Amino acid sequence: MTTQDMTTPTRGDVLLRATDVTKHYPLRADGFSRHRRTLRAVDGVSLEVRAGETLGIVGESGCGKSTLGRCLVRLTELTGGRVEFDGQDISGLSTRRLRPVRPGMQLVFQDPQASLNPRRRAGDIVAEPLLVHRYGDAAAVRRRVAELFDVVGLSAAHLDRYPHEFSGGQRQRIGIARALATGPKLIVADEPVSALDVSIQAQVLNLFADLQDEFALTYVFIAHDLGVVRHVSDRIAVMYLGEIVELAGTEELYEAPAHPYTQALLSAVPEIDDGSDASPRERIVLTGEVPSPVDRPTGCPFRTRCPYAREQCALERPRLTPTASGRSVACHFPLAG
Amino acid sequence: MLHFALKRFASALLVMFAISVLVFLIFFATPGVDPAARIAGRNADPATLAQVRHSFGLDRPMPVRYLLMMRHLLVDRDLESFVNRGSRVIPQIVQATPVTLSLVVGAAVIWMVAGILMGTAAAALRGRAADPLIMLVGVVGVSLPAYWLGEVVNLVTQKQLHGSLFSWVPPPGYVGLAHPGQWALHMLFPWLTLALLYAGIYARLLRGEVVTALGEDYVRTARAKGLSERRILVRHALRCSLIPIVSLFGLDFGALVGGAALLTEVVFGLPGIGKLTYDALQNLDLPVIMGTVLYAAFFVVLANALVDILYARLDPRARHA
Amino acid sequence: MPEPLLDVRDLRVSFRTRTGTVTAVDGLSFAVPPGEILGVVGESGSGKSVSMLAVLRLITNPNVLVSGEVLFRGRDLLALPADEMRAVRGREIAMVFQDPMTALTPVYTVGWQIAEQIRAHERVSRKAAHARAVELLSDVGIPDAASRVNAYPHEFSGGMRQRAVIAIALSCDPALLIADEPTTALDVTVQAQILDLMRELNARGSAVVLITHDMGVVSQIADRVLVMYGGRAAEEGPRRAVFHGPRHPYTWGLLDSVPRVGGPRLRRLPTIAGVPVSPGSLPEGCAFAPRCRLRHERCDERPELSAGPGAGAHRDACWLPADHRAALRLTTRTATAGAKDLDAEAAS
Repeated sequence: MTTQDMTTPTRGDVLLRATDVTKHYPLRADGFSRHRRTLRAVDGVSLEVRAGETLGIVGESGCGKSTLGRCLVRLTELTGGRVEFDGQDISGLSTRRLRPVRPGMQLVFQDPQASLNPRRRAGDIVAEPLLVHRYGDAAAVRRRVAELFDVVGLSAAHLDRYPHEFSGGQRQRIGIARALATGPKLIVADEPVSALDVSIQAQVLNLFADLQDEFALTYVFIAHDLGVVRHVSDRIAVMYLGEIVELAGTEELYEAPAHPYTQALLSAVPEIDDGSDASPRERIVLTGEVPSPVDRPTGCPFRTRCPYAREQCALERPRLTPTASGRSVACHFPLAG
Repeated sequence: MLHFALKRFASALLVMFAISVLVFLIFFATPGVDPAARIAGRNADPATLAQVRHSFGLDRPMPVRYLLMMRHLLVDRDLESFVNRGSRVIPQIVQATPVTLSLVVGAAVIWMVAGILMGTAAAALRGRAADPLIMLVGVVGVSLPAYWLGEVVNLVTQKQLHGSLFSWVPPPGYVGLAHPGQWALHMLFPWLTLALLYAGIYARLLRGEVVTALGEDYVRTARAKGLSERRILVRHALRCSLIPIVSLFGLDFGALVGGAALLTEVVFGLPGIGKLTYDALQNLDLPVIMGTVLYAAFFVVLANALVDILYARLDPRARHA
Repeated sequence: MPEPLLDVRDLRVSFRTRTGTVTAVDGLSFAVPPGEILGVVGESGSGKSVSMLAVLRLITNPNVLVSGEVLFRGRDLLALPADEMRAVRGREIAMVFQDPMTALTPVYTVGWQIAEQIRAHERVSRKAAHARAVELLSDVGIPDAASRVNAYPHEFSGGMRQRAVIAIALSCDPALLIADEPTTALDVTVQAQILDLMRELNARGSAVVLITHDMGVVSQIADRVLVMYGGRAAEEGPRRAVFHGPRHPYTWGLLDSVPRVGGPRLRRLPTIAGVPVSPGSLPEGCAFAPRCRLRHERCDERPELSAGPGAGAHRDACWLPADHRAALRLTTRTATAGAKDLDAEAAS
């Protein structure tokens, strides 16, 4: 069974489309200079998510992947650009007009400990979105919550417990049950397994796979772990300094990365050498660290660390352009077609 | 830096303006309170009242009265008391300031030394019998009201044991710094009384901070470096714990210099700012109240600014924020 | 095997709590020869960090009991007087912790903190210590070290801070460096740089104990591997032997449940059922038995580390027959990837 086997009725239609999304944070001028500066967390991102697929978003800390995730479900206001969900532009909707759209798209957070109210029982936490969106009478809500608990692998005995009585993996299951409550089409998961132990991480990843098969869900899966992203995603967007530098199908991306950053990122992953034939990737150790999103380099954002940078890279900012093989790369001198 | 200082100065002016307006309004715009009636004395006839009103300028419109008062206070510096005609406000404040400063600075030194010693010792000895014992002493200090404690101290040192143990204690009152020995002797018990309250609070706070700091990663790093326990406690844990304590100290110090040491001053007969304010309030002597309140506001704002500077010296993270 | 630098024998760490005694490390023995990199892997609660803190006697909680022997160059560290132990810490054994953001005292410059370590162990002038600090910072790859030495920790990025922490650890040329998840808080490209730094340090002669949950990191850097579960050693051996022919079912689970960046992609991952054992509820027998798909009656009895057939240095603590391990691993892998219901965590 592979990812490609899965079919859903609406599979292939564009469910979510982001066009030139930007999110800038003005920084407070300090006491010494009056110069106002801007943190460009997300800087001109365009992407499409098709119904039934999993789009992975990967990048290092500070690359803007979490902010982008919040922009996609309008948990934060966009500075510019637009987001269409299910054919409707949601980037300009008022809070009231957004209400009927919300049940269709949900967010799963990284830290299940912090995202669950410690003073409420697990059952009430999952019931909350149902009550907010007027799901039905008390009995109906109770039935639905019990059903959701079953779906995510928790038992009815867990309904009355408080978050601190659960393990990390179980708390993440509660978070997932809460996201599923309103019957969403799209789930944006922001580092949902990075706080979990390896063995628990595998269980939760399997749950994500099972839920997608069962409810024809569409995922935007944000993570920094390249193995995890490869496992869950059909297509992957690689972010660097608030931009997508490469967007490609999972197989192509890992087989032959086209952007030097993707290449370096993949080569930096310590692979398990278990004696299987896989030849190790050529290691490219990047020097230095990610520049600050406040002082972006001119031209290509990656040029300060890129082993292949040339003069043009400092002068001209490369745009994310589709190549012949269907992938998109933002590089003047891509490594693959 | 200049920009920072200017901003601080502007906000200080704004605060003092707002406070002065507030005080003014409370006294003149509160229904049923007629300063003229108080000045003229009980059962004054309407003619006298009108005359008093006129002579104090109380028949002018309120904004004018406010500006006049401010002019007398700040520009001409000849604002006079309503109660004791002829006695000016500014000299009274100038006279009272060194008394209050003597009291508060001395007490502050004592309570900071005692508080830091007690708090650090308790944190270092946590889990042993000494910790709750030190904290108990702290609680006792916090829960004794200054006026009661002051009265007891007076009773013991001036009456009960004055003939024997405390025969060296001078009578209550203030002696200027011209005679440093007498000055310190007169201030000793007021200092201890005021310091006891704050030492308890600071010891408790500092203990909490140091205990938290001892659990921090950087303390573990320090231990892994092979440093001595004493160095870890003093140079790492205590040093970082002092940062929040200093900001609190600035606020307390400002408020006390501004007149919050009132009870101690009254009990020990010290003619400081607190006592001055206390007497003025009893007589609803607005000009004096206005003067002391503005003086207090000035010190609180000044203390805040000093805390900010000190904070930046203590915590490098605050320097560029 | 040469005379070990560090020889830990039957180490036990237990915490007194209100509900009774909790055993975090339960009879752990291992050795580190000079110049070797030992990778210690395990999930949370496996006792991997606690055991290393116990080695350096860094657990200050009075409710913790540590017993056993920790022989370093033949001296038992657990029996050393406090001041002699201090002379070992930082000078002979240095330790680097997981979170570089909080590991440095915020109010002192990085250079001050390096110099402090040097001056704690050697009689050198302030100036000489400062010069050494600049040298060390430059050694760990901090550009412009002469001016960065006067920077405060908050002025450094995470990767730079971890370099600074490592510079402190290296300042007295320790014979052994214990690194507790030194790259977990860092990005993958920075992690690669720090791992290179550890290799360099090892090449200069220091032995390293690297604690991590990341099998990939161990596979890249360790000479030998110690897999811990429930405060005990589950498997131990040379890296190649452990990764190419893992013998303990827990090691299989760890290796198989990690999604890889290469090789075939599965829709569902093989998993280990249930949750990691908590130190408060260690079973009498094999600690892993409650989560093991191949448990049988013998598992009620506690297995000791023992060598497999023809492999003296590769040992594991499991009652399964020694010779069919590879085949058994294959069956569990397929079984656990397919079955949905087995994933659900044991109701606690």
